[in-house]
Amino acid sequence: MATAVQTVERENYLNSNYGIKSWLLTTDHKRIAVLYLISITAMFWLGGFFAMMIRLELLTPAGDLVSSDTYNKLFTMHGIIMVFFFLIPAVPAVIGNFVVPLMVGAKDMAFPRVNLLSWYLYMAGAITALTAMVTGGVDTGWTFYTPFSTTYSNTHVIGAAIGIFIAGFSSILTGLNFIVTIHRMRAPGLTWRRLPLFCWSNYAAAIIMVLGTPVIAITLLLVALERAFHIGIFDPRLGGDPILFQHLFWFYSHPAVYLMILPGMGVISEIVACFSRKRVFGYEFVALASIAIAVFGFLVWAHHMFVAGISVYAALVFSLLSYLVAIPSAVKVFNWTATMYKGSISYNTPMLYAFGFIGLFTVGGLTGIFLASLGIDVHVHDTYFVIAHFHYVMVGGGVMAYMAGLHFWWPKMTGKMYPEAWAKLSALLVFVGFNTTFFPQFILGYMGSPRRYHAYPPEFQVLNVLSTAGASILAVGYVLPMIYFVWSLRYGKDAGPNPWNATGLEWMTSSPPPTHNFDETPVVTWEAYDYEHQPQEEITVGH
Amino acid sequence: MATSDIGDIQVAERALQHHFADMEQQRDTASFGMWMFLLTEIMFFGGLFCAYLVYRASYYHAFVEGSQKMNITLGATNTAVLICSSLTMALGVRAAQMGKPKLMVILLLITIVFGFGFLGIKAVEYHEHWVNHEFPGPSFHFETGDPAHPATDPQHTEIYFSLYWAMTGLHALHMVIGIGLVAWLVIAGLMGAYTPHYYNPVENVGLYWHFVDLVWIYLFPMLYLISKKHGG
Repeated sequence: MATAVQTVERENYLNSNYGIKSWLLTTDHKRIAVLYLISITAMFWLGGFFAMMIRLELLTPAGDLVSSDTYNKLFTMHGIIMVFFFLIPAVPAVIGNFVVPLMVGAKDMAFPRVNLLSWYLYMAGAITALTAMVTGGVDTGWTFYTPFSTTYSNTHVIGAAIGIFIAGFSSILTGLNFIVTIHRMRAPGLTWRRLPLFCWSNYAAAIIMVLGTPVIAITLLLVALERAFHIGIFDPRLGGDPILFQHLFWFYSHPAVYLMILPGMGVISEIVACFSRKRVFGYEFVALASIAIAVFGFLVWAHHMFVAGISVYAALVFSLLSYLVAIPSAVKVFNWTATMYKGSISYNTPMLYAFGFIGLFTVGGLTGIFLASLGIDVHVHDTYFVIAHFHYVMVGGGVMAYMAGLHFWWPKMTGKMYPEAWAKLSALLVFVGFNTTFFPQFILGYMGSPRRYHAYPPEFQVLNVLSTAGASILAVGYVLPMIYFVWSLRYGKDAGPNPWNATGLEWMTSSPPPTHNFDETPVVTWEAYDYEHQPQEEITVGH
Repeated sequence: MATSDIGDIQVAERALQHHFADMEQQRDTASFGMWMFLLTEIMFFGGLFCAYLVYRASYYHAFVEGSQKMNITLGATNTAVLICSSLTMALGVRAAQMGKPKLMVILLLITIVFGFGFLGIKAVEYHEHWVNHEFPGPSFHFETGDPAHPATDPQHTEIYFSLYWAMTGLHALHMVIGIGLVAWLVIAGLMGAYTPHYYNPVENVGLYWHFVDLVWIYLFPMLYLISKKHGG
């Protein structure tokens, strides 16, 4: 270990102040990140519980465990919780909140009180949505398609919509804070071309949050008004157009898919560079690819509507534009691979998750190309092929990146190392469990098994059993980190300021960082990922 | 004057938040944040404008008939009221910048009066529509008064009125919030919070106020004027 043993505990953001009030009224971005971490973890387990119920129901062909109505509510609540209350805030609000101000050498986010407000809005939205679920649930699917959601569903659509509406403002404020922070709070010398790629990708995600989220907010407001007052905007009986809802919904919700993956891509760039001891290959291209994904993301929404009754010419154009997204995505994957080429690679847990991310995201991305082409989309529309595709991107990509980032920055957040052997085991379990769960669903979908049914023909049982078995392995893979992270808080080895010998301003301050992040404002005179000039040391921790 | 300058700078130093290097960075950041927020507001209203565009193209005649029911006199008066309020708001920001807090408070109070004036006139209009059953829902009733277009479906005019209520209602909600914000500026101004070295909140609330004004500048022609001529 390069760091001297500290005998007196330094003041840091965790021990500077005690008591519940010092947490609930904090404006420190690091404490707000911890608040998010706790609440998002709770939502993850709740969403995971609904997923397990779905998988248990699908263990047998007959719809025997839950009724079809209950099943509809289960997959709806799984979707709403995982999308709006876990995936969208996960990387930006937890890891981004903690790391971005450190990376840019700032004392805090640009608007610390707005940052706290966004956590309260998140909680208010989550509690509203959960209340709707506890008092009867929602059965529309997370997409709230009209006119079912506005006219025919007898469940708590308004409550869930209002919950997402409120949480949306949390997302808007987080995005706004990121954009302003990255523009205005950078340390002297930290030019855009020296900015870590994690900041670039959070910036790109923030563009989507700021431009897209207001549209879903107004759309869900209209759904609620339609249900309450029958205003007719989406009701075909009054001349309203249900397809207009789909346009408005996907105008946000497709970019939102990239919003879930972009910050994760930033995590992977940091980790691949660190554990290959090399500067990210084609730094500028990787940085601009994030912006390109955010921009293209706004031009492809109608590929969700190929069979909804849009004109065939519109469908052709949207299909073509959807292919375009593959270019910046592939730029990233190739450049990560090129970064590893001839690098001095070490196989620590964050890197294992990064390997998993690159492989699984590639599978998810390539099947996205299948789905963007009209012919195949018409064939596999609304089947398990689609389910498998977006779980490869969102779980195989998004959640893997979140886990990677959590392991990578856990020593910074807590000052403690997690147990490396257990962590490697859990990364392996997650990878194996994930593929066992979702790969069979590609085959199921290709054979024609439709999504959103609680019963299926007996010949599909083998693949479904495989999928459910995989989900159990995946669950173990997620429970383990939960246990050892908490364990490490008390028993983990002291991490020191820079356990990975990584570059980046966040590693130049102590772990956990002091409340004001840096004793004096850093001045940056070097490129990002300057591993060539970083003292070459073995990463000793965990071996 | 020198002592008052020093006092101003002290007020400004108290207003400097710990995470900024200097007042200039804080001012630029606050202003940039406000512009970003207004961008999200444009997207927020954008969904409704998009719906308006789609349905106006689909049900043009229904929109013509619906807009016959608009009271142009009241609408035009309200437009004038809002433009005047924007002027007093802008002058108020200028007064804060010039270090004239009393003048600023007076101008902001006039802005509030204009704001309430707008809401009052809007309430009269809403009342008219309400008693004429021009509110979407089960009680909605619309006589197609245009023999030239007997085929116009009253249900389609209901969509027009849905958009009318949703768009002007959301705008009115923004007005209410704006009045609250200006009132907060008045109270803080009376307590001497703003000096030429620190007046970001005044400037930012001013931006918000102008934005809300601008939304109305689009709503008024879209809902009241542009379909009117062809209706007769």
